[in-house]
Amino acid sequence: MKFTLGWLKSHLDTDADLDTIVEGLTRIGLEVEGVHNPGEALAPFRVARILSAERHPQADKLQVLSVDAGDGPMQVVCGAPNARAGLVGVFGAPGAYVPGLDVTLKVAAIRGVESNGMMCSARELQIGEGHDGIIELPEDAIIGTSFPDYAGLNDPVIDVSITPNRQDCMGVHGIARDLAAAGLGTLIAPTVPEVAGEGAGPDIRIEDAEGCPAFYAQAVSGLTNGEAPEWMRQRLTAIGQKPISALVDITNYMTVDLGRPLHVYDKAKLTGGLVARKAREGETVEALNGKTYTLSEGMTVIADDAGVHDIGGIMGGEHSGVSETTTDVIIECAYFTPEAIARTGQKLALTSDARQRFERGVDPAFLDDGLAIATFLVQHICGGKASSVTRVGQPPVTAKTIGYDPNLAETLGGLAVAPDRQKTILESLGFTVTADWQVTAPSWRRDVDGPADLVEEVIRIEGIDHVPPVALPRAPGVARPTATPQQKLERRARRAAAARGLDEAVTWSFISEAQAAPFGGGAFTLANPISEDLKVMRPSLLPGLLAATERNIKRGATSVRLFEIGRRYLQDAERPTLGVVLAGDKLQRNWRSGKAQGYDAYDAKAEAIALLAQAGAPVDNLQVMGEAGDAWHPGQSGTLRLGPKTVLAAFGMVHPSVLKAFDLDGAVAAVELYLDAIPPKRATGFMRPAYTPPALQSVRRDFAFLVPTDLAADSLIRAVRGADKAAITAARVFDVFAGQGVPEGHKSVAVEVLLQPSQKSFTDEELKAIADRIVAAAAKQGAQLRG
Amino acid sequence: MSNETDHMREHLLAAIAAAPALDALETVRVDALGKQGRITQLLKTLGKMSPEERQVEGPRIHSLREAVTEALAARKAALEQAALDARLSSERLDMTLPVDTTGFGTVHPVSQVMDELAEIFADLGFAVATGPEVETDWHNFTALNIPETHPARAMHDTFYLAGVEPGGDERTVRRVLRTHTSPVQIRTMLDQKPPIRIIAPGRTYRSDSDATHTPMFHQVEGLVIDKGITLGHLKWTLETFLKAFFERDDIVLRLRPSYFPFTEPSAEVDVGYTIEKGKRVIGGSGGGWMEVLGSGMVHPKVIEACGLDPNEWQGFAFGCGIDRLAMLKYGMDDLRAFFDGDIRWLKHYGFASLDVPTLSGGVGA
Repeated sequence: MKFTLGWLKSHLDTDADLDTIVEGLTRIGLEVEGVHNPGEALAPFRVARILSAERHPQADKLQVLSVDAGDGPMQVVCGAPNARAGLVGVFGAPGAYVPGLDVTLKVAAIRGVESNGMMCSARELQIGEGHDGIIELPEDAIIGTSFPDYAGLNDPVIDVSITPNRQDCMGVHGIARDLAAAGLGTLIAPTVPEVAGEGAGPDIRIEDAEGCPAFYAQAVSGLTNGEAPEWMRQRLTAIGQKPISALVDITNYMTVDLGRPLHVYDKAKLTGGLVARKAREGETVEALNGKTYTLSEGMTVIADDAGVHDIGGIMGGEHSGVSETTTDVIIECAYFTPEAIARTGQKLALTSDARQRFERGVDPAFLDDGLAIATFLVQHICGGKASSVTRVGQPPVTAKTIGYDPNLAETLGGLAVAPDRQKTILESLGFTVTADWQVTAPSWRRDVDGPADLVEEVIRIEGIDHVPPVALPRAPGVARPTATPQQKLERRARRAAAARGLDEAVTWSFISEAQAAPFGGGAFTLANPISEDLKVMRPSLLPGLLAATERNIKRGATSVRLFEIGRRYLQDAERPTLGVVLAGDKLQRNWRSGKAQGYDAYDAKAEAIALLAQAGAPVDNLQVMGEAGDAWHPGQSGTLRLGPKTVLAAFGMVHPSVLKAFDLDGAVAAVELYLDAIPPKRATGFMRPAYTPPALQSVRRDFAFLVPTDLAADSLIRAVRGADKAAITAARVFDVFAGQGVPEGHKSVAVEVLLQPSQKSFTDEELKAIADRIVAAAAKQGAQLRG
Repeated sequence: MSNETDHMREHLLAAIAAAPALDALETVRVDALGKQGRITQLLKTLGKMSPEERQVEGPRIHSLREAVTEALAARKAALEQAALDARLSSERLDMTLPVDTTGFGTVHPVSQVMDELAEIFADLGFAVATGPEVETDWHNFTALNIPETHPARAMHDTFYLAGVEPGGDERTVRRVLRTHTSPVQIRTMLDQKPPIRIIAPGRTYRSDSDATHTPMFHQVEGLVIDKGITLGHLKWTLETFLKAFFERDDIVLRLRPSYFPFTEPSAEVDVGYTIEKGKRVIGGSGGGWMEVLGSGMVHPKVIEACGLDPNEWQGFAFGCGIDRLAMLKYGMDDLRAFFDGDIRWLKHYGFASLDVPTLSGGVGA
């Protein structure tokens, strides 16, 4: 909401300077977003008279002027056709910056004649479009006066951000009221003129009392729609509104000045009376912004017998809009229901100054006065005869009375304010306060409906900065831990991943439908996505990480190790997940080991197990199973499970067709950890189970087995470990070999077994017995001890 | 006889000293102390001597043997040392050759700042709460005193979910991407009995995208519900938090009355900054004010919507952009880079895994 200081002062009698007012506005909750003085840029320009004008000796179209800008005659070369002796205009001396030309003036010879400055056109000063000649001021303008002072341009424009609750501050008058309450002057009540109307008022009626409970109108006939007066045009121009015609400017001015939007219809273009009714599905109207809107059932419109002329409270129609030839008008002053305006405006995606005010709610008690002021201005500026006022319906003026306890200022607002002072504040804002603290809100404050609102009024006017800080009560002793097991798990997983050389990325929660497809598709689709690329909620963290990987590789990265901790958005829940992508070089080419080395599925498995371990999962009990999903290489991926159902992680190589969709070449390994599937650590106190390292030395034995190619190493190891659960503490594959010397369809698997004696060292017989049991157990898996 | 031992000593010691290598030294040793060695032979003569002779010759011969044994050991050690030195010098490598020092990962600034917030607020007794990001219309708006036609809704640039019938049950069916972390207030008050002290950091969404806005961003919500909580407690809490977060005592706050449908009274909070080396640095107020927070006393209607009696319970809430806090503290200037995953940016602005924020070590890193 913009207004000028001068405009404000027509509502507020104050000695306060600009800075004080700006500071005061922000302090009471009317945040100043900017202050701009359009006159500042024109400060060097002065009112000057052309004393004489002679032909330029070298150029037909130029004249050599003698100009007096208050300091005696100056020689100026000028090309304007209207430059002549006696003309009073605007002069810029050398050193002045001409905004319309983007030039700083200097003394220059123009075709051999010295020129000491410039007589300016309106366009050159960016105060209008005129460029036919230099500005012509009235004869009596005082020579030497600063031009912005003369032209009233030295009026700073203040831009204030009005919060959605403040209906009253959508007009300059309401802002003045707030400033007066804050002690920055005295509010000047608006003058409501008596308009003597003659004859019947306009034919209007209401069919949609819900959307338009009150519709007042007055006709003015025989008027002339010329230019609005200079002062009005100047104020509108200053706040960025283009003057159009007196009638349009008057409604725009009323909207900003008093927060009272109106609409003026050209009576000649109407067929029959006006009705406030609900739109019919599919009805169309060309609005004043030139766009045609298709209306739907339930929107409130103003229509005549022929069709819709106004999207009620939002924007008028082009057809019945006023023009230069308009002579008879109907001025509409209505109350539109805020909720209905908001719905219609949202549906049509149409904003306007009128909508901004009606959807906050205009003052329902200001219809008669608003209409009188408008009609008076129309008559005063455009002439014509006014009809009587037709009033249909009742504006919802309800006096809301709140029982208030002045102690609340301190017990809720934290600031002790004397009751008398509170009463003064509330009254200066238009509230009435009875002796027993029944507070009635003014008609222009529909936002106020409880004691907390009154506390806010008191605190903001008294000064929220005066509220003294008070320490929150603190539980005795050292602060208690607050993190939940899941939060601790996530923190550990994050720091572990970073410690393992992975960089944490944060990628969008929404991805494209195509990216989501191989991961099961998105369970949620946005109705209004910002783009097709950000349309469905991700079912996996990998698409976002793969896209980031592709960007990194395009930028020349040779190795990408990214992880992210975030949610997957599934139909049943949002699941905390850790995703990892490993792409490019695992090991750069280097002088020690030669060629660069890429990532394989076992690297992904290693990350998965390490991160699960750090996150607190019982990794010794994990089973490797298949079925990682369609997005994975079918032969080089797997899942890590606790029992057959609880999947803790998927890992492996990403399916080449998925990589292709992400424009990625080469192999990419990935991991997804399902953090919410990890069983939480049971709270058993800090005590660890008792443990003493065995005193006896362990024994290592190697076995080489010949096994069928498709036997999973894990099956063999489980069989071996199961051969003697007491003695065997570990078993691991240390070599796998196929080819020369190994029969077709087989592979050689070498296993190292660790045996731990408990009471006394193993005898040779015992060792042989254990070895026999291991070989027998392996044989059950189809393994044969190699000779 | 004595001449013979003296002579032998002289000869053997010379031979030992002259032995050029371990094998040559061994030859000398065998020659002197082997089974047929000269000293061994001499020792054998002792048995045939008379006691008087033995008394004279015994010490001589033993002394000779000791001297030779010692010399042999010394020479052996010296030769071994020389051999080792020679081997080591042949094993010299170029220690300036490069080694692989990569392998350190990073923690994203958003995560780091969330950990910092958790640490600071834990000390003030606040737990960390979470809530869904695909949120119901009711939790995101209605319960927060933002009815459907409220002008504030239009300001939220909400992402709506497709395939949801208009007019469906706003508590369960109609869903949006949460536009702020405030619905976590509602969920906490519905689930938990007061007194309540929580912060709720997380992802939030608005359909807005330009140089300073991204459609996804991070917020942290704070909520205190208790008896006798006032705006003064809010002011202290925010001041205390910002001082701890920026680790500066000269943090200056400016509260401006404002409007949020779910708080009353409401205030926006500016923090003062100074200009240091052309950059805005939080602290002091010489440079101007920067808006960092929205806050206020929880609206009685919100407390009521959560099934609590507003005459018994009151409190405050605040909300703050986490990305913005990170930018103000650590100096990033492009929000969009937060969500790009550029490893160069992550390496530069990210944090080491061991930079765990602690109160004793300072929350900043």
